[in-house]
Amino acid sequence: MADLTSDFVGIKSPNPFWLASAPPTDKEYNVRRAFEAGWGGVVWKTLGSEGPPVVNVNGPRYGAIYGADRRLLGLNNIELITDRDLYTNLEEIKRVKADYPDRAMIVSIMVPCEEEAWKAILPLVEDTGADGIELNFGCPHGMSERGMGAAVGQVPEYIEMVTRWCKQYYSKPVIVKLTPNITDIRKPAAAAKAGGADAVSLINTINSITSVNLDTLSPEPSIDGKGSHGGYCGPAVKPIAMSMVSEIARGADTAGIPISGIGGITTWRDAAEYITLGCGNVQVCTAAMTYGFKIVQEMISGLSEWMDEKGHTSIEDFRGAAVPNVTDWQYLNLNYVAKAQINQDLCISCGRCFAACEDTSHQAISMSPERVFEVIDEECVACNLCVNVCPVEDCITMEAMAPGTVDPRTEKVVEPEYANWTTHPNNPSATAAE
Amino acid sequence: MTQSPFTPGVASGRLAAPEYDANFSDLHPALDAHEALVAADRCYFCHDAPCITACPTDIDIPLFIRQIATGTPDAAAKTILTQNIMGGMCARVCPTETLCEEACVREIAEGKPVLIGQLQRYATDHLQEKGGHPFTRAPSTGKSIAVVGAGPSGLACAHRLAMLGHDVVVMDARAKPGGLNEYGIAAYKTPEGFAQAEVDWLLGIGGITLQHGKALGTDVTLDRLRADYDAVFLGMGLGGVNGLSVEGGDKAGVLDAVDFISDLRQAGDLADLPVGRDVVVIGGGMTAVDAAVQAKLLGALNVTLAYRRGRDRMNASVFEQDLAASKGVRIMTHVVPKAIHGNGAVREIEFEYVNQDMTGTGQTVCVAADQVLRAIGQTLESDGLPDLESGKIAVSDAGRTSVSGVWAGGDCASGGDDLTVTAVAEGRDAAMDIHDVLMGAAG
Ligand SMILES: Cc1cc2nc3c(=O)[nH]c(=O)nc-3n(C[C@H](O)[C@H](O)[C@H](O)COP(=O)(O)OP(=O)(O)OC[C@H]3O[C@@H](n4cnc5c(N)ncnc54)[C@H](O)[C@@H]3O)c2cc1C
Ligand SMILES: Cc1cc2nc3c(=O)[nH]c(=O)nc-3n(C[C@H](O)[C@H](O)[C@H](O)COP(=O)(O)O)c2cc1C
Ligand code: SF4
Repeated sequence: MADLTSDFVGIKSPNPFWLASAPPTDKEYNVRRAFEAGWGGVVWKTLGSEGPPVVNVNGPRYGAIYGADRRLLGLNNIELITDRDLYTNLEEIKRVKADYPDRAMIVSIMVPCEEEAWKAILPLVEDTGADGIELNFGCPHGMSERGMGAAVGQVPEYIEMVTRWCKQYYSKPVIVKLTPNITDIRKPAAAAKAGGADAVSLINTINSITSVNLDTLSPEPSIDGKGSHGGYCGPAVKPIAMSMVSEIARGADTAGIPISGIGGITTWRDAAEYITLGCGNVQVCTAAMTYGFKIVQEMISGLSEWMDEKGHTSIEDFRGAAVPNVTDWQYLNLNYVAKAQINQDLCISCGRCFAACEDTSHQAISMSPERVFEVIDEECVACNLCVNVCPVEDCITMEAMAPGTVDPRTEKVVEPEYANWTTHPNNPSATAAE
Repeated sequence: MTQSPFTPGVASGRLAAPEYDANFSDLHPALDAHEALVAADRCYFCHDAPCITACPTDIDIPLFIRQIATGTPDAAAKTILTQNIMGGMCARVCPTETLCEEACVREIAEGKPVLIGQLQRYATDHLQEKGGHPFTRAPSTGKSIAVVGAGPSGLACAHRLAMLGHDVVVMDARAKPGGLNEYGIAAYKTPEGFAQAEVDWLLGIGGITLQHGKALGTDVTLDRLRADYDAVFLGMGLGGVNGLSVEGGDKAGVLDAVDFISDLRQAGDLADLPVGRDVVVIGGGMTAVDAAVQAKLLGALNVTLAYRRGRDRMNASVFEQDLAASKGVRIMTHVVPKAIHGNGAVREIEFEYVNQDMTGTGQTVCVAADQVLRAIGQTLESDGLPDLESGKIAVSDAGRTSVSGVWAGGDCASGGDDLTVTAVAEGRDAAMDIHDVLMGAAG
């Protein structure tokens, strides 16, 4: 059986599945249950400075976006960092770590952007015996208004500075958690690297308003008739997060920095995808908040089954395996020609492919009076929309045309050679002509 | 309780009161809001959806389901009712398994169609429970039309005509409107007085006058109606029943299934309704199944449905046959009645087994019976009507009959399939044609 053990910047855990810093990791009771359920590690809910703890709203903190059957696709929250006493948290962290020495225990921290504040809290955290720290430079609401969280994460210079302090006053690995509320994710990642960070983790939540109540005209979640933007997470953010992960994984200044992948991870498959994009491990929040801790069992069994099937014996075997295949548009092979193909045995004749292609695309699907739907190769540009809207798995597929055959749409022979935009005759700044 | 299912002969009060309530409660209980959302989410919003084609009234099913899914059930109801003003009744009585739901692509994909009928009921109930009428009348045209029969076809025709601005008089031989909705449909498909409530709601459009106890042929002639009104619509259904010419057919305890059902539908207290201990129903259609099932639900000990051909030839759908079987009705096939025995009252019925081609086998079988219900088809009582075709009023497009100014639709008209929804479609389409003719848009 595949070996799922994980060694992330020297932090060991029996599997690569950690719980992200959030309500599931806010106290001893939850974390013990998480470890009993099988989670490899946790990033404790973010701690703030000593003193009166932050206060949360006393009304709803979450809003949601649903798919069919009220399946939660996106969650938004206006919760702040831990609202429990610092010393209570530290004692609990110490106790739990002592009882679960094989699990990863990371402490998330967010204190003001002053050296003294970091200097004060880091020894306290060191004393818990936790395996490392994560710097929360991501929280997009509330804390950012006070100059912390995303307010720091959006300024690369601050990231570098704070990271440096942490490396100076703390002996174990420092992970910098990045905010996605920024135009180029490589900048803060490079700053973290420059500051000496051992790793980055991403993403934190995305600025969002999930809905507006059309009776009260208040954004949801509504606190006495008013709403504030919150942080968006859950399955809906996975594509955004994976793109950011891939940019760091292949960025000139950032490639090679260890990455802890976060954002919408719900099944083993999501986790495997993040790892192929270069992540050493993954963190999960919304999926656990939606379905409970038990989902980790599916993640463990699924990942190990897939690894066995592919012949991977360890996480390192396939970590980053997809990174070389992430490229810029300009390098995509324009000589690759595909056509949609409808498997008539699987087709249930719903006609969604027809409506999509006829109304909004290339009029490349025909419909007979008997409701038989067929692709018109002369028109099909292989856009994939029919595949995406078909409700039956694998009913419509994209089939590559063999080199040497003629594309009936362009009446051109499919060339065997790779050729991209940089050399294309239509490109005014083509670098090399034939 | 002095009687029980074991009491011999024909007796009332075989069950305790709660059993009647349980037996005659809703066959498909209404979906609650959550169930409706879950069911609506399964609709794929097909292009040119096959379910629409399969619905005799062409309801835009994907659209109304999407309206439910997006939290606007009243808009969904309007989508339904625009096509089918009796969408509420149809949602309860349509054999959806052979109509819209049979065509649903998810029936093809998973063998489990979207619950179209139940969703339709969810939407129409939602709107009707709110009260008020969703449609308004066009300015008066000054035309008046006579509609004969207040069944689904007549009422659908009347509603559409009233909406288009015409004045309508609906006359019906019976004491209550609704036709078979009120007197025929199985009680567990439309409990709690829904048929009358729906008629009241439908009449909310205005411009429709109901005349009870007025029969064409007895109280008024077709010529009179043609003279007094700008147009006439005939929707009087099939009032007669086929006779059963068999030795002993006149014994006490032998009756027509439609009368048995009509008594049941009108009973104030089901415990007062007599039913046999051993009931035999002759026939293989919807009426036969309904009579058999309801006899069983009234407390009959043994109910046998006797049909002359195989189950595959029965007019009752597979769903209806399974329903009967699940209620404990025994289905006998390939039998024709030879004689009804008994001294004054029926005691047993003798059948002969017949081959596929209806030739006798010479083998007979006797079944104990203290009540025999005939359900071998209804007929048109046809004095003074336009030309007939196979025993029904011959109609061409949109219900035009051989007599100018006279339209017909529903069960009494040729074509069609003896379903409520078809009667509604025909009544509606005749109304549109009448309107076009009266307003000069068609010849
Ligand atoms: C027992 C039974 C169960 C059924 N179950 C179902 C079912 O589950 N689903 C389904 O879709 N269909 C069912 N049907 C069929 C359905 O009820 C009919 O197809 C439908 O009611 C036909 O509507 P209609 O308007 O043509 O006639 P009817 O509903 O028969 O209405 C005709 C009306 O005209 C009146 N009338 C008759 N003669 C005259 C006259 N001379 N003058 C004035 N008024 C007159 C009658 O009193 C009646 O009110 C069932 C039928 C029966 C008999
Ligand atoms: C209610 C809630 C509270 C959160 N609080 C924190 C926090 O205190 N510190 C932090 O670094 N991230 C916090 N997050 C962000 C999560 O750790 C995680 O980065 C994000 O939810 C994306 O992962 P997911 O899609 O698996 O939920 C919070 C998320 C939620 C839903
Ligand atoms: S009227 Fe009947 S057939 Fe048409 S959609 Fe409604 S339930 Fe289905």
